[in-house]
Amino acid sequence: MMNTDIWIYIETENGKALNVGYELINAARPIAAQKNSKIVALVVGKNILKAAQDAIGYGADSAIILDADEYASYSTDAYAEAITYLINKYDPETMMFGATTNGRDMAPRIACRVSTGLTADCTDIGIDEASGCVRWTRPTFGGNLMADIICPERRPQMGTVRPGVFRKAEFDPTRKGNIIDETANIHIDPEHIRTKLLEHVDVVAEAVNLEDADVIVAGGRGIGSVDNIHLLEELADVTGGTVACSRPVAEAGWMNHNRQVGQSGKTVSPSVYFAIGISGAVQHTAGMQGSGTIIAINSDPEAPIFDIADYGIVGDLNAIVPALTKKLKERKL
Amino acid sequence: MNMNICVCIKQVPDTNRIKIDPVTNTLVRKGVPSIINPFDTYAVEMAAKLKEEYGGKVVVISMGPPQASKALKVCLSVGADEAYLISDRAFGGSDTLATGYILAGAIKKIEELEDLKFDLIFCGKQAIDGDTAQVGPQIAEQLGLAQATYALDVSCTNDHTIVKREVDGGYDTVLVQTPAVVTVVHTDQMPRYATYSTRSEAKKKQVHVLSSAELSELDLAQCGLSGSPTRVVNTYTPSVQKLGIMIEGSSTTELVDKLVGILDDKRLL
Repeated sequence: MMNTDIWIYIETENGKALNVGYELINAARPIAAQKNSKIVALVVGKNILKAAQDAIGYGADSAIILDADEYASYSTDAYAEAITYLINKYDPETMMFGATTNGRDMAPRIACRVSTGLTADCTDIGIDEASGCVRWTRPTFGGNLMADIICPERRPQMGTVRPGVFRKAEFDPTRKGNIIDETANIHIDPEHIRTKLLEHVDVVAEAVNLEDADVIVAGGRGIGSVDNIHLLEELADVTGGTVACSRPVAEAGWMNHNRQVGQSGKTVSPSVYFAIGISGAVQHTAGMQGSGTIIAINSDPEAPIFDIADYGIVGDLNAIVPALTKKLKERKL
Repeated sequence: MNMNICVCIKQVPDTNRIKIDPVTNTLVRKGVPSIINPFDTYAVEMAAKLKEEYGGKVVVISMGPPQASKALKVCLSVGADEAYLISDRAFGGSDTLATGYILAGAIKKIEELEDLKFDLIFCGKQAIDGDTAQVGPQIAEQLGLAQATYALDVSCTNDHTIVKREVDGGYDTVLVQTPAVVTVVHTDQMPRYATYSTRSEAKKKQVHVLSSAELSELDLAQCGLSGSPTRVVNTYTPSVQKLGIMIEGSSTTELVDKLVGILDDKRLL
């Protein structure tokens, strides 16, 4: 019988899984249900058993792990060699990676080594009814165009999928699944690892998790200056939200790049997205149009952000935002 | 120490200036200027800088239609020594796997023609039209070389290259065995401008063209559409189903009260 397994690569950092792997498990479930496929979590790293167990709790049917010193810090060479070995051994039909820095570094290398097709940075996945293949949907031309892509003949069909597009499932501690430890079966010759990490520097003082935020208060160029960021922060405080921004704000240095939403930043899908002083260039909307309810506040009635907003207010954000914060605060009391 | 560097560039439409035709809901490409992919301009600048520091040759290459030679000419005026256009109808429709295969084959051929070995192969981190970021790593794989993606800075020792990589939340400093493929995010300084004299120097130079005839070692079954495992089955402009309700009011208080009323009614917060 043909193997229909869907492999999800669970990226880890110091043994801890990034959310995107678990998000992809959940995203793959409708495909798995329709194709009668098993979802297999692939976890590579050091001390990653818990990440693999958690993958089962988040919906994987089983997991394969590689847990050794040679995977303790990411290297293209070790990871590509090990994962290629496992693909050749198990022959999965589909393989998905998070479209993270490392995911987009290794996935093309692996796809090339096994000579298959890879679709980059997808924002949706499904099944192409005509071919039965995975339909990989991705923005292209700077977010101006969406493309549906399939890989009809070669296997595995591979894609990298953006973090924050899908939600992970509720964790179910009662789920059971087999964990296969492949560590003893492959060793990477140290000579094969041609890069060496000398230093990692965290530039960002605080961790920001926009992908999981339920409410986002985002500011654009219209906020005028770094001195007005507090207007956003105060609204975020009272709504339990997280502050974010568009590209011009990050480029002006008013906010850190890790808070940037859009084609060149993060993709988010909170329940409520406040777009404040954001004009709504495709560059930005590509990263937030999946939000539940979009509320736009902008002084320019012609701003394209109003085309994709559920509720729009034309006016001076310097008056409206503090008034809104105040009203919400009073209401809470 | 000499550093021979190959820079892969792509001529792309300026995606910031692409508009959607509101009637047909399709991409309007007419009148949209062609530019050198911005990330590639940083790669050229990084290569030119390294050449100034260590000596060597910078060869810039591009796969594309004949008009892409214009982009290569520009590179010749901002630090590149030689330029090669890889152009053939048989290469059209290539996805990233086929593109990586063709470019890797071209790079081997150019090493032969120029009688040198490249120490580094640079690409922009991704092209702004396709946004895949896959071709660089796939060239590296085809050539069997090490790779360092998302580079911010590159410096060299005798047989190693030190690359500062942009990663989530900070940066990594990585020692890379050369030869290697490096994909470039940006550089500290803006790419240099051509001057009158560099431009007239560049004018005297020729853009060499390599077609499938010159690249006879390529297996054409691995090029173009036939060598591309992926297929685009549908393209469309992003559609958004939104309520589009504008809240009207004559005062800030009225506007805010109405919005909060809606938020409460819908239990949004």
